[in-house]
Amino acid sequence: MSKQTYKWIGTRPDRPDGADKVTGRARFGADFNMPGQLVGKVLRSPHAHARIRSIDTSAAEALPGVKAVVTSKDFPEQANLIVPTGEMQVNLRDVTRNVMAREKVLYESHAVAAVAATTDAIASAALALIKVEYDVLPHVIDVTEAMQEGAPILHDHLITDGVEPRPTKASNIAKRIDNAKGDIDAGFAEAEVVIERSYTTQPVHQGYIEPHATLASASEDGQIQLWSTTQGHFQVRGFCSRLLNIELSQIRVTPTEIGGGFGGKTVVYLEPLAVRLSQKSGKPVKMVMSRDEVFRASGPAPGATVRVKIGAKRDGRIVAADCTIAMQAGAFPGSPIGPACWTSFACYDIANVRVVGYDVVSNRPKVAAYRAPGAPISAWGVESTLDILAQELRMDPIDLRLKNAAKKGTKTSYGPTFDTIGFVETLEAAKSSAHYRSKVKPGMARGVAAGFWFNVGADSSAAAHVAEDGTVTIISGNPDIGGSRASLALMAAEELGIDYDKVRPVIADTSSIGFNFVTGGSRVTFATGLAVVNSVRDMVRELKGRAAKTWGVDVEGVIWENGQAKPAGSNVGVFEPLTLAQLAATAGKTGGPINGHAQLNVQGAGPGFGVHIVDLAVDQETAIVTIDRYTAVQDVGTAIHPSYVEGQLQGGAVQGIGWALNEEYIYNAKGKLENAGFLDYRIPVASDLPMIETILVEVPNPTHPYGVRGVGEVPIVPPLATMGNAIARATGVRMTDLPMSPPRLSAALDAAMPRAAAE
Amino acid sequence: MVDMKYVAPSTIDEAVGAILAANGTGRILAGGTDLLVQMRLGTAKPGVIVDVKNIPEMMRIEETAGGFRIGAAVSGAIIGEHPALGKAWPGVVEAINLIGSKQIQGRASAGGNLCNASPAADSVPALVAAAATVTIQGPKGRREIPVETLHAGPGRTTLQPGEIVVGFTLPARPLGSGDAYLRLIPRTEMDIAVVGCGVSLIVANGTCTAARVGLGAVAPTVLLVEAAGKALIGSRLDDKALEAAAAACRAACKPIDDKRGTVQYRTKIAGVLLKRAAAIAAERAGAR
Ligand SMILES: Cc1cc2nc3c(=O)[nH]c(=O)nc-3n(C[C@H](O)[C@H](O)[C@H](O)COP(=O)(O)OP(=O)(O)OC[C@H]3O[C@@H](n4cnc5c(N)ncnc54)[C@H](O)[C@@H]3O)c2cc1C
Repeated sequence: MSKQTYKWIGTRPDRPDGADKVTGRARFGADFNMPGQLVGKVLRSPHAHARIRSIDTSAAEALPGVKAVVTSKDFPEQANLIVPTGEMQVNLRDVTRNVMAREKVLYESHAVAAVAATTDAIASAALALIKVEYDVLPHVIDVTEAMQEGAPILHDHLITDGVEPRPTKASNIAKRIDNAKGDIDAGFAEAEVVIERSYTTQPVHQGYIEPHATLASASEDGQIQLWSTTQGHFQVRGFCSRLLNIELSQIRVTPTEIGGGFGGKTVVYLEPLAVRLSQKSGKPVKMVMSRDEVFRASGPAPGATVRVKIGAKRDGRIVAADCTIAMQAGAFPGSPIGPACWTSFACYDIANVRVVGYDVVSNRPKVAAYRAPGAPISAWGVESTLDILAQELRMDPIDLRLKNAAKKGTKTSYGPTFDTIGFVETLEAAKSSAHYRSKVKPGMARGVAAGFWFNVGADSSAAAHVAEDGTVTIISGNPDIGGSRASLALMAAEELGIDYDKVRPVIADTSSIGFNFVTGGSRVTFATGLAVVNSVRDMVRELKGRAAKTWGVDVEGVIWENGQAKPAGSNVGVFEPLTLAQLAATAGKTGGPINGHAQLNVQGAGPGFGVHIVDLAVDQETAIVTIDRYTAVQDVGTAIHPSYVEGQLQGGAVQGIGWALNEEYIYNAKGKLENAGFLDYRIPVASDLPMIETILVEVPNPTHPYGVRGVGEVPIVPPLATMGNAIARATGVRMTDLPMSPPRLSAALDAAMPRAAAE
Repeated sequence: MVDMKYVAPSTIDEAVGAILAANGTGRILAGGTDLLVQMRLGTAKPGVIVDVKNIPEMMRIEETAGGFRIGAAVSGAIIGEHPALGKAWPGVVEAINLIGSKQIQGRASAGGNLCNASPAADSVPALVAAAATVTIQGPKGRREIPVETLHAGPGRTTLQPGEIVVGFTLPARPLGSGDAYLRLIPRTEMDIAVVGCGVSLIVANGTCTAARVGLGAVAPTVLLVEAAGKALIGSRLDDKALEAAAAACRAACKPIDDKRGTVQYRTKIAGVLLKRAAAIAAERAGAR
């Protein structure tokens, strides 16, 4: 595809939500209030695993100021039914148990009851008055231990799926998945070099700055209004409808501005509780999680064990690749084991592949999506192993990847065959980058790794309205977590041929626009962008009709160009062009308001590939890692708003660096989380990092009118191995366990140099 | 749902009286960067809060015959801007200025850092190395103690009921003296010391004539490591002497495995930081 020239696409105007965010006017989840509202709070389990014998709420209910108390009795039982939420699937039977424990508590801080009271202090006092009797059960935190015979069983009904013959005994392994291509044994027989290693990763939290928050108001006539900080208000509506048996049209959910989600806000925790408390008390109920609750009870990304075996010819051609992943799902089945498996070798064109995955429950909070769910975990194993292979073969790590890179026509191990993709272009851009061509400074080492994400499409609705003065409102239904309003407005301005400033994008509540799937899967600029483009085209069709009517010509005789209706040719007649403003001014006489609509299920999301490069130093005495330079290279389709694309690459890289270096969940022997706060759950701080450099490789997605590919998830996939590969080259010690925190890396360095350590 | 009283007296006597009257439920408020956090977490539930920031003696820095008296409630930001103090005791000042961020520095005091009694408190190892003394006033009058004797264990001090820390005294600095503080944190800021090490030296003609070493976060209280000081005194601060002092630091460690570090790592780092801090202190000693 030749490079298009655009007027608006590719420019960098201020985002429509920018001014309110920097001045503090923007309203986030906890900023919404109603007259007479109550404070809702949750009582949480002190145990990692226990049977609930009884719950006595009478003393709490008797406390003056307490207006409602709910327990699992207030939520109907749910069928064993799997529904999609963003990039992951959940079972309604489990969701209702996750928002409010029923027979058992399955992790520390699992919700067991909730209260609504007139003040925060009364709500806290009421929680202390609720008496819960528990039979404490043995618990299991570690994924390998959870898979062992004799491990404490979380769910008596859980029989491993995907295994023949079907097991008869319950276990913590919810399912096994397999995908394969070619003949793995023949592949390894052909190999001249075989590298095999086992890796582990720790669970990591999405680390959004804004805690979960909601305000619910149930009216006497059954209508429900909800304000929620979420990545998918239609999913909030759907879950509340299911979990509370309320018709969808009775529930109206308004998404607030969102202070980060990264996948973690695609599920519900507080909303069903707030609605039930509001129904019971007859008052609006507001609930806001503390940071402590966010860490203990909202979904992290899973930890996992990953075993990778790769066989290659001496010239670097990979002939066989094998990978086994066991992934923590948390307390209920449903880790992103599928995507972890499918992405594992997706970057490469390999004839013989076998991937096996296990979804394993343990006494931890249920995992939720986090940027490219699962993919960073398998990439940590695969890309580290490839680096060992490159060292073994004395090959440049980018050349090794170029030799095996997937291209248009490559068939993946999980089924699809790639259309136009940009992995080769991305590798080449990395190789010819100023960073990669620079000499590695003394005392530093360089690491490289790649990553892949599918990106998704799915359901979107959009509308475009022309106001009486010819300015335009774009209405869509996806919470904006990464600058999508700016991108939607840019595409609308491009399509209409009017200024970006004349287009106002808004995000409508669930009752004001048709259904939209969650903001996730890097789908909004792609899929909702397409809905916006189509709604504008629908509007342009209408505009051309109005011009035709004005001129008394056939609509085929009218074209739309630069924001104006014009005659298609001299045979149509001679007419002065009609601007959008002119057509809007006369709309009343030509047929009424001018609007456009579109709704579609979007297919053909373009996969994305990234290659990251880091230069870093390791202090041999303290094992502190200092990053000197970091570059993220990615094929981004078309960068609609390059600044926000760069921001996605930078943010993903930083989150991946945190995952690699310091982030982990630390449980004590009782199964309680010891580091439920940002002091001891260490995400990177600004001074830890250089400016992350970005290189945008634009390989347009052929299925989108502007070539859009999702960009938000790919950048968290390569950093783990990028860091590990550089650390290995800096120290000679290959780290296989994350995080590579100073104590852990120091111990590994000492173990590798026993004499130096003993001195 | 307890009632809470707030008082802000302007004399130490009144403050002592208010704390005594509170019958064990009183808490001193300096910068509040520990106390308010603990109140929000629910781990501190004071009945009476006695704000000491209106007491002039606790809010000023005085120069006294070459030494300094620092009010217990003076903020890190004010301490950082004091020109003579920074020249004489750069290690103490850098330790206090490491606490938190710009915003925290505007409030956090050395008195609060000491009385909060965290083994990882950043200013304390530097104050221990500096041989600072603490002035305490209580119902029985004033007393003066070495700073290293104030901590009794994590979160516990040797202060008696009704006693308040009024300030610190730092001795005069002869020619050829220097001090330094280093801490190890996994990140570059906004973190708690995994190990902290303060070193204060006096060097004459290239020979170390006096040395004190304070170590933080490796035991239930901040330690004065006398053996490390002894290993440096009389030496020319050569590698052998530094290694001996580092070994003394490692030997003094009684750390725990926790979310911030392992026993093995903390012990190793104590030695590493000793060497690095001593090198900076020595350079500062030579530079004056
Ligand atoms: C974001 C953040 C970052 C931080 N970073 C660090 C850091 O890097 N290093 C570090 O060491 N600490 C750090 N801290 C902890 C805290 O800031 C320091 O311990 C600070 O020095 C406390 O001083 P303050 O004046 O605010 O004490 P306050 O909170 O006012 O008091 C602390 C305690 O001491 C008692 N107290 C205070 N003054 C006296 C007195 N004169 N006599 C008797 N008792 C007294 C109080 O009753 C209270 O128990 C951090 C805190 C926060 C919130």
